[in-house]
Amino acid sequence: MKIKSTILVIEKQSRLKLLSLYELVAYKDLLYFLIVRGVKAKYSQSIFGVGWAVIQPLFTMLIFTVVFGNLAKISSDGIPYSLFSLCGLLAWTYFSAALSDASASLISNSSMISKVYFPRLILPLAALFSKLLDFIIAFIVLIAFMFYYQIVPTFQLIYFPFLLLYLLLITLGPSLIIGAWSVQYRDVKYAMTFVVQLLMYSAPVVYPLSAVPEKYKVFYSFNPLVGLIEGFRSSLLGFNPMPWNELLIGLPFCLGSILLGLITFSALEKTFADVA
Amino acid sequence: MSDTIIKVENLSKAYRIGVEDQKSETLLGSLMMVLRSPLKNFNDLRNLRNLDKESKSIFWALNDVSFEVKQGDVLGVIGHNGAGKSTLLKILSRITEPTSGKITINGRVSSLLEVGTGFHPDLSGRENIYLNGTILGMTKREIDSKLDEIIAFSGVEKYIDTPVKRYSSGMTVRLAFSVAAHLEPEILIIDEVLAVGDAEFQKKCIGKMKDISGKGRTVLFVSHNLGAIKSLCSSAILLKSGRVEFQGGVSETLNAYITKKNLLNTGKGVVSETMRTIKSEIVKIDQVLLIEDLFQPIEDVTYQDDFKVHIKMTLLNRIENALIDIRITSDEGLIIEHVLNSLLGGSHVTLESGEREFLVTIKNRLAPGNYSLNVGIHNSKGATLEYAEDVYPFTVMKVSKDARLSYPYEFVDGYSHQQGIWQTVK
Repeated sequence: MKIKSTILVIEKQSRLKLLSLYELVAYKDLLYFLIVRGVKAKYSQSIFGVGWAVIQPLFTMLIFTVVFGNLAKISSDGIPYSLFSLCGLLAWTYFSAALSDASASLISNSSMISKVYFPRLILPLAALFSKLLDFIIAFIVLIAFMFYYQIVPTFQLIYFPFLLLYLLLITLGPSLIIGAWSVQYRDVKYAMTFVVQLLMYSAPVVYPLSAVPEKYKVFYSFNPLVGLIEGFRSSLLGFNPMPWNELLIGLPFCLGSILLGLITFSALEKTFADVA
Repeated sequence: MSDTIIKVENLSKAYRIGVEDQKSETLLGSLMMVLRSPLKNFNDLRNLRNLDKESKSIFWALNDVSFEVKQGDVLGVIGHNGAGKSTLLKILSRITEPTSGKITINGRVSSLLEVGTGFHPDLSGRENIYLNGTILGMTKREIDSKLDEIIAFSGVEKYIDTPVKRYSSGMTVRLAFSVAAHLEPEILIIDEVLAVGDAEFQKKCIGKMKDISGKGRTVLFVSHNLGAIKSLCSSAILLKSGRVEFQGGVSETLNAYITKKNLLNTGKGVVSETMRTIKSEIVKIDQVLLIEDLFQPIEDVTYQDDFKVHIKMTLLNRIENALIDIRITSDEGLIIEHVLNSLLGGSHVTLESGEREFLVTIKNRLAPGNYSLNVGIHNSKGATLEYAEDVYPFTVMKVSKDARLSYPYEFVDGYSHQQGIWQTVK
């Protein structure tokens, strides 16, 4: 084994160290195996296995289609309502599930935190990536529906990978903030569960962006999920042009929440082992 | 090779401990407490990391600790429960941050405060090797290159692709230890929790650690097992209430520790009334202990390694020319060995009244198995004055301190083992 001369100084950190990319790279294999663990452990010993990841968005979509599409007759910009809501749910389900997993990751792995040193940031990151499995499965369901309605994506599909990355980034900020605080205050976790449920109505999941009055649209788009969900629809279904305005307005809020998340996380992570 | 590799300077760590809650005696008072409790909880939780204020709820787990470790040293850290040993290791392993002070470490550190950290029951043995290995700081490539060795060492080859939850607890521990044993850091920090599992496994761990320290690596080892400290470490520090009480060579430090601790005052081996099957007004056996070198009571004796029995008694009258005997009985109650002070040319002993203690070294020829100690006191004519039955059960293990002497076979025959002197006659 090659011997690297490394000098390590342990003392009370007075300055905030936001992000040590060098350290994250050194532990990239751990990240990989934690993602594998997250994916494999989730559906082992269940009869339907990954089927659960199909059932959840599918049934939510059915209920939404009946309640909001058929009964309340909410407009869906000319898109079949089921497809419209499924597309919104694709992004929203990932956001809420990944947020809940990632912010719980520090508490559920507290035994690891109190026994070994590794960059703590790896835990929420691994949770975010493992949740992509469910996303992919829901995505396949969406493709099946697109076949059924015979919808051919336009060139706007090329934006999809960027939107997916954006979705991960949007989820990262709140995950870090909530995750770090919930180690010390478990209330944060309980509160989050129901706040997230309510928040769904603050994003265009069951209704279209066009239903929001013009004068509120700018404030409305502060929520990065607004641009993202509309972007998902435009990119995949091609009924509307890409919502560049909303995406641009939301971006600084997304980046701001990541910055705030990193600050919170690095300020609190030193005490995780003591208070977890 | 006498460079300082770990330098600890004025290290302190404070924790906040709970202060007893107020209690109310009236219903109204209780109701008010319930209403006020969110505010109180908030303050309690917030104060978990608030350590600056002078407060009676602050506990200094470590207080101004300084020491140095040189390249190749094997340093033992000893002390009572709560002396700060684990806190020290946690700070050295970067799990928690010191409140003040500084540590400079020159080299790659691995710390083992537990085996099998991060093991997931639904993953296979192989997957868990990778997961656990990367948690301990290895890269995938390092694990790839050692995978075969790790699997072979663990002895669970057949089940390596089976989920770990189908393993017996012993197999899980073996697999976990196997991963840990293949770490190759320059500095290794080990907590005694590593010595979980059965006694045989503990001996295996200690053997492996001897190998590691033999290769010139620097090791920090925390343990309550003074025998292990003595056989592994070259130097030691003694912690007491968060401070360094003594520091030096391993023997001096152990002596400093032992004189500070009444080792026989542990409540083990105390003779109860029901054990005294024969009794008189003259003498009473108070305590019988099986101990190792350092007056540590032990329940597991290594194969072919001699042990000592410590007997404490109270005499109301003087007994002239007394006989004291120890009978070692098997599980089935058979007397396997009879240790008698007057046998083989030994003389009787006169016991003066008062408290008396004896230490008997016993040659260990016992086969691996479960045994128990029985102690009797008789007068010069052979009349039994006191007999304490089944006072200290113990196990003779298959492993020995010297690996060559370990019992090699699956089945055990007989109760007493000796090699004999073999000559080829024809």
